[in-house]
Amino acid sequence: MDERTLSSLIENVKDGAISRRSFIRRLAAVGITAPIASQILAWNDVAMAQASLQYKPTKAGGGGPLKILLWQAPTLLNPHFASGTKDQIAGRIFFEPLAGWDKEGNLTPQLAAEVPTRANGGLSEDGKVVTWKLKQGVKWHDGKPFTADDVVFTWEYAADPATAAYTTGSYTNIKVEKVDDHTVKVIFKEATPFWADPFVGVVGQILPKHHFGEYKGAKSREAPANLKPVGTGPYKFAEFKPGDILTGTRNEDYHVKNQPHFDTIEVKGGGDAVSAARAVLQTGEFDYAWNLQVEDEVLKKMETGGRGKVSAVPSGDIEFIILNTTDPWTEVDGERSSVKTKHPTLSDPKVRQAFNLLIDRDSIQKFIYGRGGRATASFVNEPKQFRSQKLKYEFNIDKANKILDEAGWKRGSDGIREKDGKKLKYVYQTSINAPRQKTQAIIKQACQKAGIDLELKSVTASVFFSSDVANPDTYTKLYVDIEMYTTTQPQPDPERFLNQFTSWEIANKENKWLGRNVSRYSDPEADKAYKAAQKELDPAKRAALLIKVDEIFCEANVILPILSRTRVAASATNLMHDHSGWDVDTWNVAAWYRS
Amino acid sequence: MATYLLRRLLIAIPSLLGISLILFTVLALAPGDPFSEMATNPNVPPEVREALRASFGLNDPIMVRYLRWLSAMAQGDWGFSFASRINVDTLILQRVPTTLFVVGTSQILALCIALPVGIYAATRPYSIFDQIANTLAFVGFSLPTFFTGLLLILLFSIKLDWFPFVYRSDIAATGWRWYWEMFRQAIMPITVLGLFQAASYTRYVRSAVLDVIRLDYVTTARAKGLSEKRVTLRHITRNALIPVVTLVALQMPAVFGGAIVTEQIFRIPGIGSLLIDAILANDTPVIMAVTFVFACLVVLFNLIADLLYGWLDPRISFG
Repeated sequence: MDERTLSSLIENVKDGAISRRSFIRRLAAVGITAPIASQILAWNDVAMAQASLQYKPTKAGGGGPLKILLWQAPTLLNPHFASGTKDQIAGRIFFEPLAGWDKEGNLTPQLAAEVPTRANGGLSEDGKVVTWKLKQGVKWHDGKPFTADDVVFTWEYAADPATAAYTTGSYTNIKVEKVDDHTVKVIFKEATPFWADPFVGVVGQILPKHHFGEYKGAKSREAPANLKPVGTGPYKFAEFKPGDILTGTRNEDYHVKNQPHFDTIEVKGGGDAVSAARAVLQTGEFDYAWNLQVEDEVLKKMETGGRGKVSAVPSGDIEFIILNTTDPWTEVDGERSSVKTKHPTLSDPKVRQAFNLLIDRDSIQKFIYGRGGRATASFVNEPKQFRSQKLKYEFNIDKANKILDEAGWKRGSDGIREKDGKKLKYVYQTSINAPRQKTQAIIKQACQKAGIDLELKSVTASVFFSSDVANPDTYTKLYVDIEMYTTTQPQPDPERFLNQFTSWEIANKENKWLGRNVSRYSDPEADKAYKAAQKELDPAKRAALLIKVDEIFCEANVILPILSRTRVAASATNLMHDHSGWDVDTWNVAAWYRS
Repeated sequence: MATYLLRRLLIAIPSLLGISLILFTVLALAPGDPFSEMATNPNVPPEVREALRASFGLNDPIMVRYLRWLSAMAQGDWGFSFASRINVDTLILQRVPTTLFVVGTSQILALCIALPVGIYAATRPYSIFDQIANTLAFVGFSLPTFFTGLLLILLFSIKLDWFPFVYRSDIAATGWRWYWEMFRQAIMPITVLGLFQAASYTRYVRSAVLDVIRLDYVTTARAKGLSEKRVTLRHITRNALIPVVTLVALQMPAVFGGAIVTEQIFRIPGIGSLLIDAILANDTPVIMAVTFVFACLVVLFNLIADLLYGWLDPRISFG
């Protein structure tokens, strides 16, 4: 397909002569993947897809109950206080953002009439102003109309530090103005290429001003609507017991025609992931279960009953290893792993290169994670346009041995390599989680064959991931040679995610180890590329800059990506659902139906 | 009697204060952070996390926090949960009915099995019945509830498809149907807990009855020509059950405390699952409240057991 056919096809989509779907299908036929195809459309000002799940029912209601099982129970319903996915999933049933993210990373309007683009005047030339047109005729569950005032209020609410909203980071550096009753302007201080953050997706739920108006700031905890939500979503609130059960009934005035399909919704919480999978796949007590971090073997066995199916969607979560280039065993100015020190052996790039060759990613994927992850050499993998094409991984013990021999690391009498009296002996730390301990064992075995000795250490997750300043075992302290964990990329844009590769984010004593750069490694080139990407408005150039940041760290073998994780869910065989790795599972719950 | 009661209550106050101080200090010193989930989320700036810590008073010294908690508690303010930001007492009250129903029923079931079996086995020691009852009792309390629970789920939910294994506190049905559904979902957890408890009660009842059955007054009763049934029920059981009653009274706090493991397996929204969720989320106000209520109940039922003992056995005086 040459450029001319492509641009005439794009014209056809613009005129409506061919559908978006068939455009993507045609491009797929010549080997262009769907996200790239939809990115081509977006860059050419064709509005993004309307829905990623085709909705078939011809009337609203009549679908009976929809039963969702979360093995971590929701504890609160105000989406701006939601501390975890469980709460965000629950809140999203009643509240909606202006737009959400589908599983391919496309922006899909929900309370907005359309997604802002250059062509429809929604995005300004300088990249500082975004104008959202709101959907008309939307009503809150109590019958009051939804207007621009609610959007402006949501910004005031979340931006107020006294409210202590978890979403506040998305609202502090912007200004929101009402243009008319159904138009709002979001004004950024600087050119912002990734503008789809405030009022979008997980952080973007719009709150009704007439219910939360009095409870802005310090009084936020007292709002009755925190526990009895009034939103615009497809289901109306019925009952909530924190940590146990949440029920809702169909919103008869829902703003999408013929939706929702189910008459009632129930979200039950508690238990563990394996038995949640069992309740959907084997006994059919529930229709949908989320976040099944269960070994794939187990899921496959349960699926054989034919009552339910497992679905996995790509996400930005990445399981990776950090090789510490600073010295974790020497204390300088009250902290270990200080950037002022150098690791006696891991600061040698050859050692790091050899270590990267000792990770058998294919086996880790095949035998441990299955559908739960895909082996990768790149830190950013999704959406596809941000994935580095250059980075490749290899498992080769001979090559690792050769590199170490050449670099002068000789095997001692105990089989462990050493040079100038410094041995290749490391402490390799991660959190307690069965798949992680298995991964540790696989890598340790390979390292033994290359003369590297690993001491495996595992820390309880609640300690490992805490920000307890006094505890030496937290992941940001990095008081070990090697560390492994998963980090989450919350948006389908890696800019904020990649700030963990910048020099100003290095975790240290001064910032109480809250800095996001845990590896302590930095490179002026990466800093430069990152800063440039923050201002670059051309998506292709911007992606190239962010890929460069990723490649600098992965090629230095400081960050060793292992698996790009997927989000795994189980559903009843006849349930048509739509979950996304870029938004919460219930982002499009209005369009779920039973076939 | 009244002075005894007063004395016991006065002793209870310092011991409860001591318990609360220890609980609070241990919780404050334990590793973990209620906002750890935010730490891995790049969308939440560290300043927000710090502001939250400050507004929840987590940065103050332990003693200041303890005194603040104590004075609030004395005024009936139990604090609010960090995880759900609602008041702890509401949270606990929501869980009490389910816990009372499930754990209470299982205790009744346990007694219904243990009393007749234990007494009958003791009146015919080393008979076939006694041997079987003994063996089953040993098996019963050797099998942990998480094992029997999973076994029942595999058998009755997955293989036979008779009962649901997810307990729901809101059943969308009325009238008889509601009772039927309630029965269906509660039968497995009640059985698991009841049989486990019954096993140890049986052993206890049997040995208590065996102790009494050899005493002279039993022989006298038999010599008077009373029927065997009357001797067993009126003369043996009544005396043998004094220690059993105390045991059951001391078991009562556990009824309120719920059954952590079983509640987790069957997803029963009881106090036990509230406690374990709170521990996992480092939700200190909830952990503190639940454990403290538990401590109060233990102290209270100890007192009740002592009073009951005196009432059942007039030889004990409260002087």
